[in-house]
Amino acid sequence: MTEFVDIGALADIPVQGARLVRTAQGCIAVFRTADDRVFALDDRCPHKGGPLSEGIVHGSSVTCPLHNWVFDMNTGQATGADNGQVGTYATRVEKGRILIDASRIARSHAA
Amino acid sequence: MKRKLVVIGAGMASGRMLEHLFEADPDAYDVTLFNLEPRGNYNRLMLSPVLSGEKTYEDIVTHDDDWYAAHGVTCHFGEAVVGIDREARRIRTNKRETEYDALVIATGSAPFIIPVAGKELPGVVTYRDLEDTNAMIQAGIAGKDAVVIGGGLLGLEAAAGMAARGASVTVIHLMDHLMERQLDPAAGYLLKRDLESRGIRVHCGGATKAILGNDRAEAVLLEDGTVYPADLVCMAVGIRPETRIAVDARIEVERGIVVDDALRTSDPHIFALGECVEHRNQLFGLVAPLYDQAKVLVKSLLGEAAEFRPVQTATKLKVTGCDLFSAGDFAEAEGREDIVFRDPGRGIYKRLVLEGDRIIGIVMYGDTADGNWFYSLMKDGTDIGDMRETLIFGPAFQGGGKLDPMEAVAALPPEAEICGCNGICKGRIVEAVQGGATTLDAVRAQTKASGSCGTCTGLVEQVMKATLGDAFAAPIPAGMCSCTDHSHEDVRRLIKSMGLKSIPAVMQELGWKTIGGCHSCRPALNFYLLADWPTEYRDDRQSRFVNERNHANIQKDGTYSVVPRMWGGVTTPAELRAIADAAEKYDVPMVKVTGGQRLDLLGIRKEDLPHIWADLNKAGLVSGHAYSKGLRTVKTCVGKEFCRFGTQDSTGLGVRLEKLLWGSWTPHKVKLGVSGCPRNCAEATCKDIGVICVDSGYQISVAGAAGMELKETEPLASTPSEDEAIEIITAFIQLYRENAKYLDRAYKWVAKVGLDWVKERVVQDPDERRALVERFEISQSIYRRDPWAEHSASDQSGKWAPMADFTLEAAE
Ligand code: SRM
Ligand SMILES: Cc1cc2nc3c(=O)[nH]c(=O)nc-3n(C[C@H](O)[C@H](O)[C@H](O)COP(=O)(O)OP(=O)(O)OC[C@H]3O[C@@H](n4cnc5c(N)ncnc54)[C@H](O)[C@@H]3O)c2cc1C
Ligand code: SF4
Ligand code: FES
Repeated sequence: MTEFVDIGALADIPVQGARLVRTAQGCIAVFRTADDRVFALDDRCPHKGGPLSEGIVHGSSVTCPLHNWVFDMNTGQATGADNGQVGTYATRVEKGRILIDASRIARSHAA
Repeated sequence: MKRKLVVIGAGMASGRMLEHLFEADPDAYDVTLFNLEPRGNYNRLMLSPVLSGEKTYEDIVTHDDDWYAAHGVTCHFGEAVVGIDREARRIRTNKRETEYDALVIATGSAPFIIPVAGKELPGVVTYRDLEDTNAMIQAGIAGKDAVVIGGGLLGLEAAAGMAARGASVTVIHLMDHLMERQLDPAAGYLLKRDLESRGIRVHCGGATKAILGNDRAEAVLLEDGTVYPADLVCMAVGIRPETRIAVDARIEVERGIVVDDALRTSDPHIFALGECVEHRNQLFGLVAPLYDQAKVLVKSLLGEAAEFRPVQTATKLKVTGCDLFSAGDFAEAEGREDIVFRDPGRGIYKRLVLEGDRIIGIVMYGDTADGNWFYSLMKDGTDIGDMRETLIFGPAFQGGGKLDPMEAVAALPPEAEICGCNGICKGRIVEAVQGGATTLDAVRAQTKASGSCGTCTGLVEQVMKATLGDAFAAPIPAGMCSCTDHSHEDVRRLIKSMGLKSIPAVMQELGWKTIGGCHSCRPALNFYLLADWPTEYRDDRQSRFVNERNHANIQKDGTYSVVPRMWGGVTTPAELRAIADAAEKYDVPMVKVTGGQRLDLLGIRKEDLPHIWADLNKAGLVSGHAYSKGLRTVKTCVGKEFCRFGTQDSTGLGVRLEKLLWGSWTPHKVKLGVSGCPRNCAEATCKDIGVICVDSGYQISVAGAAGMELKETEPLASTPSEDEAIEIITAFIQLYRENAKYLDRAYKWVAKVGLDWVKERVVQDPDERRALVERFEISQSIYRRDPWAEHSASDQSGKWAPMADFTLEAAE
């Protein structure tokens, strides 16, 4: 079952930017696109661990800041010639608040 | 016997409902109608033409006294319902109580008032009813200053209406483009341009801080300090359902009054429709679905089964001359594809969003003639697979069967115009090709076709291909990136010549092929725009690479390095002490002397950045921009103050230069060196700009390199005067800023334009040199600032930390 937890307000994330959510399993990058959609991805690039949260957001893609791999945030899949995938988390925006699927961070949250 | 129906609110939705009710069964109900406004139903949508003077109030009344009398409606206008007694089935006003068998709540919505100081001053209005409209008409007739807060549908209609009456209007919009819920940035840009061309000032990205004035509104103050004079302020930032009486009566209310498919509330005797309701988590703000609700509600009132199913609605703006159309969902998402058509010459932008072979979203600006056709394809879920190639050209092009773009070009008559800018027709291009011009450049040189804005390049190539057949080899596009075929040089030139001042403006006018660019073109555009329009363009932080966005260098483990400036490599015990203290306080793993004569604090956590900056700021230390495509370091040697060979004060000159140049953004990084004599201890002759001091003055040389390439500088000028040396160096940097391609170091740029071209401008032509220096100074009036101080301000520092931390929770 999917349990959604509140992580903050949409307004806390700059448009075309990202903020982090820290969990026991590592950081999750929460992105906001130009048209106010929200995506959540593991903040570790599968290439060499670059912090995706610091990448440039364009459309529904983000470019890793370290060596420019480009990821489709819908799937977490690297695009173009690069091969790799990052984990994604379901998100919802309700009344200006961001909710994120907690099932994968539940271990720490439930404590 | 007739049953008693009480209706609260005489607006668009209940008005339509009453019409249907009397048509369906005039004898079913005795109707009593209450309205807060002192009048019956009029066409609220048409308030905008009333405001602009195209219509009068009388023109837009939908139900007059005679109509209500003819249908036996008991009217109480100017009388608000203040309570509902559900047990006794009675409503209450301040004058009377009235019983009902069925009650309909149709109270519409209330404008949202942003909670800023001064919001209650006289002269602050909203835009909802005739009273508001009349207040704005007055402002216009009197030729006053008006400010509209909110660049959505209502705000823009208010602005255009007042402007049409003669007011001087400014629109303040919180988001970066107008009508962001209906339009994407490209269409928003075109809309802004059209409004500006009719004299309306548009300030996007502006947050209102307060409305100023003593006895009435006088001005509006924004968070960024801008003040706009305002005799009248119209707040049009949004609406919320008017639910107060329902809440008091303890009927179920979420954001709106909750209704089921039959439009019944949680009380079986009470119904609701219009903007006050919430149906399956959805609110409504346009009339089309409300009219559907009216039909359904009549059935429910007459005991027939009916279900309300909202359909998608399309938005248009009722401002003459601003043609826009928007419908459906235009967010980018997996499995979605865009078809984009831009005609910069005519200010047209069309975008269809496809999912599989169906249209799910439409945004159009400038030419909306095909809007309804697309809209019906969308609503009907039509499979557009067969017409995909030519779909965007509208129904006129759908002759049955697929249309091959090549055939279409081949079929064009010789007099068909291909290049709009230069008025070149197909025949002229064919002639040139047959005369031997077989490359695009040759065709351009001979005919000028595609030589101006360049958007017809594809078409010109198709004409060439149709003429040459397989002999034509399409050139590999030399575009900045896959978003455009324009080269960096073209884009720079066009930004200046066409006066493009925002990223969406560049993307629209130069026909970008993607919606919002990519990580490669956005930083370049951001630089070009801020270099060309320093006072008008606002830096777009999200278009910058991580280091420039965070004002520190990211390390391979995600921590950062912090390098404070040491002017000309000179420091003081107090500065060193502050650096040492900071290094200890933030557990800095390594303190290193850089190759640029200063200290690097490596391994700092992102959330500590604003705090370490604040500490360093206190000791007078500012950002060293060790991360920027901008002025980095000015290396110096000790010079004549101490050194036995020194000829001039090289340290002093270095410090002067660094204090003048710091903070400026450049196409790539800029490093300087100043040596006090030809022994050159500051390694000045491998920098972007180097100065060697000699007895007779200063030898300036430029275009050196000591990174991936190694190259000695080339002499630019010699001068006996320190001031003139500084002027020449500044002019050189400004020329580089204005002309070079993003990510070309100075030596690469000089190799392209030639050192003689540079000399002509910064050495031989003193007027040009002074003009360059002046433009540099204008830019520096904005950018010669410490970014660390800005970002470490206490209200900003929280933004650098994670927004939520579940590890803490686990530990508790
Ligand atoms: C810190 C420093 C090395 C040091 O410990 O001394 C350094 C560190 C980096 N240099 Fe450098 N460069 C440093 C002096 C130099 C110098 C020497 C100088 O400035 O006198 C050069 C040769 C001169 C030149 O600029 O060409 C130099 C040529 C480069 C280059 C090659 C540039 C080129 O056009 O060929 C790069 C790569 C680039 O910029 O694209 C680079 C890039 C980098 C980056 C920013 C790599 C990156 O993108 O992350 C390094 C950041 C490390 C970090 O995490 O902080 N660094 N780098 C020096 C900082 C100087 C300062 O105080 O600001
Ligand atoms: C300037 C303007 C332009 C617009 N343009 C468009 C457009 O182009 N296209 C489009 O689709 N939509 C447009 N709209 C929106 C459209 O007008 C609304 O969707 C529609 O009017 C909502 O109808 P309604 O009956 O729910 O509410 P309303 O029409 O607002 O009627 C509600 C009525 O209830 C009264 N009332 C409230 N509380 C009480 C109470 N307690 N007791 C008694 N009476 C009460 C109010 O005074 C009001 O008269 C526009 C709106 C405005 C203001
Ligand atoms: S030379 Fe510069 S870029 Fe290369 S490892 Fe050293 S600091 Fe990093
Ligand atoms: S670490 Fe992300 S691209 Fe290399």
